[in-house]
Amino acid sequence: MRWESWSAFWHMGGYAVYVWGSVGVSFALLGLEAWWARRERERTLAWLRAEQAAHAHDSLGGQP
Amino acid sequence: MRRIAWTHYAAPQTFYGLAGVCWKPLALLALALALAGMWVGFMVAPADAQQGEGYRIIFVHVPVSWMSMIIYLAMAFWGVVCLVFRARMAGMLSQALAPTGALFAFLSLWTGALWGKPMWGAWWVWDARLTSELILFFLYIGFIALTSAIQDPRRADRAGALVAIVGAVNVPIIYFSVKWWNTLHQGASVSLTRSPSMAQTMLWGMLLMALACWVYTVAIVLYRTRSLILQRERHADWVAQLPELNPGLRP
Repeated sequence: MRWESWSAFWHMGGYAVYVWGSVGVSFALLGLEAWWARRERERTLAWLRAEQAAHAHDSLGGQP
Repeated sequence: MRRIAWTHYAAPQTFYGLAGVCWKPLALLALALALAGMWVGFMVAPADAQQGEGYRIIFVHVPVSWMSMIIYLAMAFWGVVCLVFRARMAGMLSQALAPTGALFAFLSLWTGALWGKPMWGAWWVWDARLTSELILFFLYIGFIALTSAIQDPRRADRAGALVAIVGAVNVPIIYFSVKWWNTLHQGASVSLTRSPSMAQTMLWGMLLMALACWVYTVAIVLYRTRSLILQRERHADWVAQLPELNPGLRP
């Protein structure tokens, strides 16, 4: 490892705001995108289940 | 030699199954590549002679910028396939690519601004490279807005394909802008025709991060395409019989 200490690593030679601002926002937004894609799938599946249930109810002719 | 039946994989049902098998190992691979790339870039690579530690932004900036261009070209490719072959999957792939491309274009501008402030003294300059990348970001936004505004999916696909194909002209402009114009942005760090202008370990860090972005893109696009397939094919029998829609049944 080429850093003398962890504090030197986080300090980034005075560029901490710029380097960690780049890395942090990039990983955060990619993570957010993955979460969003997962939510989209869950919502799609829920919508299709609801549609299927409604359809099954119709084909029974409304009988209980 | 056996011929590969490409049309077989162009069927939404086959694609759905195949993408379902592939996305998770690819996502894990992307994570491993990103960890390796971050390790090489931040723990192994030396500081830059001119830019000190601040240069390490390139381990994010260069890969995301490459991907923002490659994804747009991929959308243009699927746009051609959509218009010429009327393949149903092509339009869905374009639509699944667009949000990731927009995100990478945004990150390119964001990390570029964070690099520009300490190195140039400005968050933003109206330089050919920066301006053409901003146009790329707007093209992604335009594509997403247009395709989501059109109700009929086939018409949305064709309109999106046109935007993707016409807008692709901008990609070589971004790439060659640093050669064609006298820009503030530095020239290419890695080129196909000459040896890279950087230390070996820096190059490895960057290539690992670039590979991570590639694999991430493939994984998330496969995942997102599956949702689009479900939405569009919801009245098909095979969708109704999917185990994820029939929790009681064993797959």
